[in-house]
Amino acid sequence: MIALLTRDLQLAVRAGGGFGLGLAFFLIVTVLVPFGVGPETGLLARIAPGMLWIGALLACLLSLDRILALDWEDGSLDLLATAPLPMEGIVSVKALAHWITTGLPLVLLAPVLGVLLSLPMQGYLWLVVSLALGTPALSVIGTFGAALTVGLKRGGLLLSLLVLPLYVPTLIFGAEVARRGAGGLAVETPLLMLAGISFGAIALLPFASAAVLRINLR
Amino acid sequence: MSLWEYANPVKFIRTTDRVLPWISWMAVICLAVGLIWGFFFTPDDFRQGSTVKIIYLHVPSALMAINAWLMMLVASLIWIVRRHHVSALAARAAAPVGVVMTLIALATGAIWGQPMWGTWWVWDPRLTSFLILFLFYLGYIALWEAIENDDTAADLTSILCLVGSVFALLSRYAVNFWNQGLHQGASLSLDKEENVADVFYFPLLVSIAGFVLLFVALVFLRTQTEIRARRARALMARERAA
Repeated sequence: MIALLTRDLQLAVRAGGGFGLGLAFFLIVTVLVPFGVGPETGLLARIAPGMLWIGALLACLLSLDRILALDWEDGSLDLLATAPLPMEGIVSVKALAHWITTGLPLVLLAPVLGVLLSLPMQGYLWLVVSLALGTPALSVIGTFGAALTVGLKRGGLLLSLLVLPLYVPTLIFGAEVARRGAGGLAVETPLLMLAGISFGAIALLPFASAAVLRINLR
Repeated sequence: MSLWEYANPVKFIRTTDRVLPWISWMAVICLAVGLIWGFFFTPDDFRQGSTVKIIYLHVPSALMAINAWLMMLVASLIWIVRRHHVSALAARAAAPVGVVMTLIALATGAIWGQPMWGTWWVWDPRLTSFLILFLFYLGYIALWEAIENDDTAADLTSILCLVGSVFALLSRYAVNFWNQGLHQGASLSLDKEENVADVFYFPLLVSIAGFVLLFVALVFLRTQTEIRARRARALMARERAA
């Protein structure tokens, strides 16, 4: 499993494209927000947590089809399926690799972009915490969507249509944590809910993704 | 004699052919009675005026929108566990009906909300979760349409339906937490003392029965169509092979 993880990470970093693309997309979306709503500091500070969350979510979505599509095309997915590794393990590792190459950089970049949107001082900690807790769920859910659409010719649009509704609860609680943190309110309840969704998704969704992938490889 | 006999497509078509006219006519009668009774022979509400009458479309369609998804969930489970093709096709047949019910509920809700709340749309928990349900339906149908192999499509959409149900429920409670609403609580339930007044209640029941029958009739009809379409495809493939 570790060999697979390092292979995926090396591919993501060295093969170019996917790795930096999500980050650049996140940056562009965040830069576009003030152009769309106006440069007024008070307004920007109010919408900053939500906009950063939506930007991170879209950046995550952008890189989803790369999780499995390349391996599907060159046939290494079939080889992995016949390997002694259980399918659940493969999809978990794939999701983990996606999180390390997309989710984690997003979490680290978010505070920097928070400055651009004049996020209030007390908001940074909770923005980072909520993204760190929420992005793994985004990766795992996204892997499920990628597994569903892996065999399709033009799966990209369908993938967004399938995955975005599944992202709703994570987004609600994640953005709520960031918003309350920025407003200096208590964050425990949404934070616990977010953690619950995240860990529940990590624990259960790999089984669904593996089942779907087995069907697609049939 | 067991329920599983109807998993045989021939038996399914024969039985549904026999009951379909009855169900359809009952649906027409119930809808006509419920709606005409509701629209013309009930008094106006003392605060809402005649806009209250939209309840005869709004409540039954919302009810069926949720129950259609529930039916798809059960049918998907049956397909995954016992692999009866009729079940998968019934789930597929129910989805567009469910979408239309969701749309009717959303549209009538907006039309009702405009004079009552002064707005077409608010991000109220119930409204929001219905919109999310609508998106789930769209994704489900799009996945069915996108995959060419019938069995693969049935498998994948079934799993999507299961996972989607969990996330739809999660979203339902998440939006509750996220925003407080304008929409009233349940005003129709079996175990509560206070329901809507009887003058509105009885025509509403008839109209709900009409919507349920309409849904059953449409699903039967669409499932038959799917079975026959698949049979026609198989025949054409055999002819080409011969």
